[in-house]
Order: sequence, then C-alpha cells, then structure tokens
Amino acid sequence: MSNLVEVRNLRVDAKTDSGRTVEIIRDVSFDIAEGEIVALIGESGSGKTTIALTLMGYTRPGCRIAGGKVTLSGREISNLPEHKRARRRGTEVSYVPQSAAASFNPAHKIMDQVVEVTKIHRLMPIDEARRKAVELFKALALPEPDTIGDRYPHQVSGGQLQRLSAAMALIGDPKLVIFDEPTTALDVTTQIEVLRAFKSVMKKGAIAGVYVSHDLAVVAQIADRIIVLKNGEIQEVGRTQDILHRPQHPYTRELLEAFEPAPHGRVVDRPVEPEKPLLVVKDIVAGYGRVDETGNPSVKVINKVSFELHRGKNLGIIGESGCGKSTLARVIAGILPAAQGDVLLEGKPLDRDLRRRSRNELRDLQIVFQSADTALNPAKSIADILARPLAFYHGMSGQRRDARIDQLLDMVHLPRSLRHRRPTELSGGQKQRINLARALAADAKLILCDEITSALDTVVAAAILELLKELQREHSLSYLFISHDLSTVRAICDEVVVMYAGEKIEQLSPDIMGSEAGHPYSRLLFSSVPKLDTGWLDGLEQDPHVLQAYSRR
Amino acid sequence: MTMFLSLSNTQKARPRRFGYRISVVGAVSFLIIAAWTLVAIFAPYIAPHPVGDIVDFDFFGPVSAQFPLGTDYLGRDMLSRILLGARYTVGISLAAVCVACFCGVTLGMTAAVIGGWFDRGLSRMLDALTSIPSKILALVIVAAVGTSIPILIVTLAIIYTPGCYRFARALAVNINTMDYVTVARARGEGIGYLIRSEILPGIIGPVLADFGLRFVFIVLLLSSMSFLGLGVQPPFADWGALVKENIGGLSFAAPAVIFPSIAIATLTISVNLLIDNLPQKIRDRSEQ
Repeated sequence: MSNLVEVRNLRVDAKTDSGRTVEIIRDVSFDIAEGEIVALIGESGSGKTTIALTLMGYTRPGCRIAGGKVTLSGREISNLPEHKRARRRGTEVSYVPQSAAASFNPAHKIMDQVVEVTKIHRLMPIDEARRKAVELFKALALPEPDTIGDRYPHQVSGGQLQRLSAAMALIGDPKLVIFDEPTTALDVTTQIEVLRAFKSVMKKGAIAGVYVSHDLAVVAQIADRIIVLKNGEIQEVGRTQDILHRPQHPYTRELLEAFEPAPHGRVVDRPVEPEKPLLVVKDIVAGYGRVDETGNPSVKVINKVSFELHRGKNLGIIGESGCGKSTLARVIAGILPAAQGDVLLEGKPLDRDLRRRSRNELRDLQIVFQSADTALNPAKSIADILARPLAFYHGMSGQRRDARIDQLLDMVHLPRSLRHRRPTELSGGQKQRINLARALAADAKLILCDEITSALDTVVAAAILELLKELQREHSLSYLFISHDLSTVRAICDEVVVMYAGEKIEQLSPDIMGSEAGHPYSRLLFSSVPKLDTGWLDGLEQDPHVLQAYSRR
Repeated sequence: MTMFLSLSNTQKARPRRFGYRISVVGAVSFLIIAAWTLVAIFAPYIAPHPVGDIVDFDFFGPVSAQFPLGTDYLGRDMLSRILLGARYTVGISLAAVCVACFCGVTLGMTAAVIGGWFDRGLSRMLDALTSIPSKILALVIVAAVGTSIPILIVTLAIIYTPGCYRFARALAVNINTMDYVTVARARGEGIGYLIRSEILPGIIGPVLADFGLRFVFIVLLLSSMSFLGLGVQPPFADWGALVKENIGGLSFAAPAVIFPSIAIATLTISVNLLIDNLPQKIRDRSEQ
C-alpha cells in the first residue's frame, strides 16, 4: 500500500426532482500520498466539492456514488454501510467547511464543540481532549489559546472561527483533512494568517489534505499537486509548479489568464477638460440608528468621506468587509440617507433621501448589486424585469418596449430567447448581465457597481469586466466600482479610493498600487493579495506593527 | 403514497406549463372540495325535498331508500338539509376568508414596506384584537348587532384578519430585505407597485396555504356559532346548526346528527390535506 487515498473510476449520479438522472462526476481517478496536499480546482459546478465529499463516503442528498471505488488507507469507504463510515469520519478523515460561522452551533461553547469528536468516538478522556485542543489552538496561532474555548462562536472573528473549525477537524488525529474553500469568505489580510496556520499544522503532523478552491493563487501557496476539474471530469493533473508555469490543457491556460485581467487601457494624453465632475461626494457621514443634534448617527459606518468622479472615468473603492464601502454606495443612491454631507450629480445637489429625488435624478444614477440571485425577482420573467425601468422612466410600451428589450439583451451579449425565462433558469454570469441590462435600461450616466463580480467564477468575472469596458466605450458611462478584489479594480478603474473602518485612507492611481502606496494600510492591503507563485506566502513579510494597528480581529 | 405525474415527459413541447408533481392525497382532497362546491352551487336542483318541508311523520328516522340520510327532529329530509346547508357553510366561510385574507395580506405587506410608526401602530392594534378570545368576540358582536348573513361574514372576517396580517407581514418583511425590492425602491417605485409587483409574487404560495387553513378555522367557528344558535337562523341551517338541532338524537344514534358532522369533517380535512399536498413545481428545467 503506497497511497493514502486511491480513487478509481469514480462516478456520481444526481437525481433531479423530475426523476431524471444526471451524471455529475464522470470517471475520475487520482491518488493522494501520505502527507501530501492535493488541490481540487475548478469553477462552480465543476464537481470539486462532490469529489471531496466522496472521500468521506458521503454524497449530498439526491446524489449517489454510481460506480468506481474510493479507498482510504487501504480499505474501501464507498461501499461501507453508513454506521461503519461514521466510525471512520473524524478519526481517519475529517472536513473543514467553507463557512465556519454556519457550521458552529451558536448555543454551545467552542471548546465543547471542538472536543465533541473525541466524545463520539470515545478516543480519550475529556480532560486530555481539552488539553489537546488547547495545543491545537496554539499550533493554529489563535490568540489566548487557554481561554478562547470558553467563548461562544459569535465572540470570535471569522478568521479565528475558520481556524477553530480546523482544530475541530484535527482533534481526532485524522490522516486526511478535507478543506472546502476555507478562506473564500475571508478578507485578504485574514486569509494570510489562516493559510499560514493551516500550512504549518499540516506540515508538522504530516497530514494529507485535499484543498478545494476556485482560487489558483491561494492553492499555489498550500498544495503540492493540483487537479484541474471541469464539468465533473479531470482536465489536468500536475505538480503545482508545472500547472502554474507550464500548463498543458487549454482550460488551465484559460483559468490562469483570467486570474490577471488585462489592466484598464487608459486614454493617454487627452487634455484634461476643465468640466465639472459628474459625481461629487462631500464629507459624508452615515450610519444606523438615531441621529443626534450634532448630526452623528448612533452607529457610525462612514465618517467624512469625500471624492470626485469625472465623466467617462471609473473610480474604484476598495477595503475589507465591514469598512463601509457598500454602505457608501447605498448612501450615494439615497437608499440609506446620509446624516451629514452632500452628494452632487453634475453639479446639482441630490436630496439625501431617494424618496425626495426627482425621477430624472434617480434615472441618471443606477445601482447594481453583488448578488444577482437576490437582485432579480425570481417570480418575474427576464422581459418583465427589463420592461419595468423602460415603462417607469421612459414611458415605453408595446412594440417599442419589446424592441428595446431585444436591444438591451444584445448589448449584454445574451440571446434574445432568454426573455421568456425566469432568473432561476439562468447561470450566475447570465444573471449578472441581466442585472446590468436593467441599469442600462434606465440610460444611466453613472452606475454604482457593488461587488458585481465577487460571486462569479474568475473566467465569468473576466468576461463581465470586458463587457463593462465595452459598454463604457459605446455609451460614455461612468462606474463607481466597489470591490474587495484588487485585481478586478486594477482592471477597470482610473482612480482607487482605499477605505478602512468607514474612513477614506487615501486616493491613488491603480498603477502604483502595491509598489509605493503612501499609506501603510494600503501597502498592507496590496501586499496581502496572493500571487501566482508557490513561494509567495513563505517569502511574505509584513510589518507586525501595521498588522496589529489595522486588525480589528 | 406519492404518485409522480411527470407531465413534462409526456408534454415535451410545453414543459414549462406542466412541470408539476401531483400527489394522490392532494388530488382526492381536491375532488372532495370540488364536489362540495358543486353541491353548494346546484343544491336547489339536486335536493329531493324542499328544505323546510316536514316529509316524514317519524322523527330521527333511520337511513332508508326514501330518505338516504334519515330524517331530523321534525321529520325533515336530512339529505336535502345537508345539501342546502353546504351553501351556507361553504359560502359564508369562503366570503369571510376572502375578506379576512385580502385585508390581512394587504395591510401586512403595506406595514412591512412602510415600517416605522405605521407598522408598530397597526401591529399593536391588531395584536390587541388577537388577545380577545375569538368565540367570545363573535358571540358579543352577534349578540349586540343581531345575526344576519352579512354580519356573520364581517364578524368572521374581523376575527381572522389579525392572524392573516401577522402571517403576511412576517413573510413580507423577509422579502422586503431582498435586493430586488431595494432596486425597485432605488428606482423610485411607489408603495402600490412594491407590494403588488415585487412582494406579493414572493409570498403568494404560503399565503394561499394560509388561506386554506383559515378557511377551515372559519368553517369550524361558523359551525360552533350555529351550534350555539347564533349562526344561520331556522328554517335554514348550515352544518353546525344541523348538528345542534339534532343533538337530541345522539342517544338514539340518529343519522341526523352523524351526517352533518361527517360533512364538516370531510370538508375541513380535505382542505387541510390539499394544502399539505399542493402540486409541487418541478425545478429541473434542463430537459433535452
């Protein structure tokens, strides 16, 4: 027996609710050696999580292993009855889910949940288990390892919770740990310490791992080998270095190209016209709760933010989650009225509350939300969704409106036949295009894009960015582009505003991002973005004082 | 128990319209309800005897060929009385549940969209109404104003509006936080459009289920009011009143008291089962 895990000709079927059977994993075979970390990479729906789960002998409801073998340390797991599989889970193989926040029970203390595995399998006395957990907390570089177990899940940060769920997975001394996108939901600066903790623990214990992710740069830091998946089939297997630098398969090349979108082609040497800026934001203060006499809300989210945006230009706003960037978009759109400050569109002040803005003012400024799933009403057809702004702002009806809907679909490169479908019948990228088309239907001058590519796969996101650029060339639009992803912002923006804790840290050109950004926080943020280089994480040095000062963890 | 009617397989041309899964229990319940509705509409034509006529000299008569469901305490034909009673039971309940659900759902959605003082004020007011026991409230209103069919409908509607309001508001509050409602708001849409076009389609499924459930409650409350003599007045009688009239026959095991009870049971249980087994939409649309 040489390999810890052997997967041979694995096939997984899923049954849809009309009784049709769909093959979601087709003939997949691979091995994992002892102590080796293998990454499964691919876009959403490629079957990477499904494969990872079969290593525990588990399939999600409605799915079943239709053929092939999964062998874990010499014994087959795919054909065992459920109670025998359960005996091996937690002791031989364990799982770290994507959202640690959703997988901890909020009603129990963390320590009780971490040592639960040892209780279920009767591995060791409770005191010993607690001691072992504290050791794991130390190994995972958690603060206050002796007492953190006495807290409840909501009392620790997202990055800490993710490491705690790793401790939960490691306490039974498994030979194989499955990481299912464990850092996808984290900020870049948090991601670094979580990755570092995972890497050192896995190396120390010589534990084999399966790392499921869609992010090549993250995988490059931790994996020994990479398996590239698409539509439930293996496209390419290779050592990390080879995949990154000598990709064989065209799909792998496509993934690598999409990782670094082409920088925004700026029009050089156009004389700066002295026209008034399209959007001016002046000393905005906003937040939630009652506003006191001095004009400060009880929970202040945005503090004195100002910037200008010129016609035909794009402004990026970046920052980590909770820095107030999405709130800023809502304030500008008037959804959340500001407590202080002014928003001027083409020199005219806009009312803070959208209910008192005129229909023309509303039309000029459209907002596109991050999640197209919730931004499109699932009960309406695509044509109905696009028709409403046409009727509402332009009073269009009948054939003229139908023709305009077709035009809009053409503009966002979707087939006209989609107009009768409902949002749930479209893919994520298609939905986001509809979302954009709705903003275009208003003939807006400025579109506020709130993380519109964050929920999409890299290849799809790159296509959306291309579309945005194309629309800008043809319709002289301006975008206010909010994102936490620096490469996206770099690809589309002329200027970037860095925000931290509700304040504007600085405004700079994306060209100098990473190199000589003025403010230490900007430098920290830019240096935290993973690079497509296996040695990046180990070689990364960050000033611990800056890290301390800008970590609200 | 569940039969798969994958109509999408047989109707390949239009899978969109027919992608529903129907269960046997749901189908049977639906047929029973449809039968009672038809009875309510066509009662005068199918009833063998006029409702008030004393047709038998014997009271609490047994099941016979001439009187299939026996006779009541005055010797009137039970079959005819149950057939005509369906009109009152189904009709009054349906009217009341429509009024209650319309008011409740509209107010609930409006409160969820407007929020603030309007929401708080309306919610507390309707909570106060909920705190009064429904039967006592019904008795007080009917005793004070007198009984007639419109008053019965209004009374029942008033009693069941707060529950409907609570239910619709709770659902609408969830929908109200969705981004597509925010988008519509940012577009500058008014409250009427928001509740009609953005929120209502999202809550219509649960609201219909609630509609059916409330219909059952109203049938039962109406029956118990009639049983107490405050519902439909003689010589007409709904099913509750029929049970009350003939309660004296219980000791004789008279069919006159059993059959109206069975009628109430079949209707309410069927509505309940139908709600639990509504056709489910098949989400898998990627048919070849």
